[in-house]
Amino acid sequence: MDPLLRVDRLSLRLGSADVLRDVSFSVETGASLAIIGPNGAGKTVLLKALAGVLPVSAGAIHWAGGVRIGYVPQKLDITRDVPITGVDFLHARLALTHDTTTAIADVLASVDLSMDAAALPIGALSGGQFQRLLMAFALAGHPTVLLLDEPTAGVDEPGQARLNELVSRLQRERGMTVMLVSHDLSIVYRYATAVLCLSPYRACAFGRPREILTPELLREIYGSPLAFHIHEH
Amino acid sequence: MNIESLLLSSAMAIAAGLVGCFAVMRRMALAGDALSHVALPGIGVALALRIHPALGAAAMLFFGALLVWSLEDRSRMATETLIGVVFSTALAVGSAITSGEELIDALLGRPGALSMGETAFGLAAAALVVAFVVMRRNALVVMLVSPDIARTAGVNVRLLNFMYLQMFALTVALGLRYLGVLLMGSLIIIPAATAKRLSRNLTQMLAIGASAALLATLGGTAAAAWLNRDTGPLIVTAAAAGFLLTLFRKQA
Repeated sequence: MDPLLRVDRLSLRLGSADVLRDVSFSVETGASLAIIGPNGAGKTVLLKALAGVLPVSAGAIHWAGGVRIGYVPQKLDITRDVPITGVDFLHARLALTHDTTTAIADVLASVDLSMDAAALPIGALSGGQFQRLLMAFALAGHPTVLLLDEPTAGVDEPGQARLNELVSRLQRERGMTVMLVSHDLSIVYRYATAVLCLSPYRACAFGRPREILTPELLREIYGSPLAFHIHEH
Repeated sequence: MNIESLLLSSAMAIAAGLVGCFAVMRRMALAGDALSHVALPGIGVALALRIHPALGAAAMLFFGALLVWSLEDRSRMATETLIGVVFSTALAVGSAITSGEELIDALLGRPGALSMGETAFGLAAAALVVAFVVMRRNALVVMLVSPDIARTAGVNVRLLNFMYLQMFALTVALGLRYLGVLLMGSLIIIPAATAKRLSRNLTQMLAIGASAALLATLGGTAAAAWLNRDTGPLIVTAAAAGFLLTLFRKQA
């Protein structure tokens, strides 16, 4: 059976910088892919390329037919002191796709965000609530694949745990494929079924977490000794 | 002021209030205000060539909006500097090639008599701007929060940006007759800034923005007739008074 996603020798330049070089991997339906690597390795750029937001310079991205992508970007550096509510934002999403059957209340319930919170201007939401809103926006398009770029960045620790649980639950309930950029290797080890390591110092590595998350490879990928221990349970 | 002029200035004000809401939320108040200055050389050239000044202004505004659009992807600092330089230069060049009474009229506006054609064209242009904001508000909202998210939701972000800036330029062109090159940007920005302070959601902001611009235009026009003064400065003063009143109120 063909994989859900096949990336062949993908390269991407931004201006004069080679951000991604010769990246190849594939993802099966229902998998949980974690994309890790140091800052500047091109994780966000790869996710944007997968989401179709950035054009590739060379190589190819093959999605299986019928895939619908939901994209949750990295912590947004936006002007949030605007009178746009979560409901305005979700309403806009549904209106853009002429979706008259999906109820905003249902989308909010799926990410455990209350209607009261969604009726507030987006600037009044906490970091965790805003990430849930972005996730609700992605889910409003009924995706089969969820692309998440550091969804827990800027969120307090209890909030991070709740967001990670939410992603895991959504994946179980909806049978979605999840591709997630993360700096938190313990979360990667816990949730991912496959790991892609990007590094400016070496070729990318792809495989199962147990194969990839070795101290030697992490040292090579991050270009410096890394204090990280895998705890066997 | 006759009924045609009142109708046209009201339509222009509603368009300005609506288009201004997104300008304020996008934090392009500076670029927007400066953009209106670019109309001046267009007016000067049109007067020299004995064609309708509005045509010269509209042509220059089109290219001004094109410039802002092409600069938007670059770094914020470079864009702001360049906008400051280019549009201030436009004001200087425009002032050099226009003179006397015509320069004052172009800078501060003078309603004058309207032909049927001017009224019809102005109303159609205002209707176009209003229809654009109302029909594309969802795409504009998503683009405002995140252009990347907007792209994944099927929005052509570059095209939408281009269209928005052209609608902004068209609104400036519409208001030049009443407010002039120096003040038209203010009628776009100030009522929207008032609306931003008073609103808790997008619908409120659009409604308050359009209403505040309309009230300022009607109030300023009435005050100008009563005091026998130019309309532009009094319209902007009325808009600013509205904004100042919101400062006494706790922000929504």
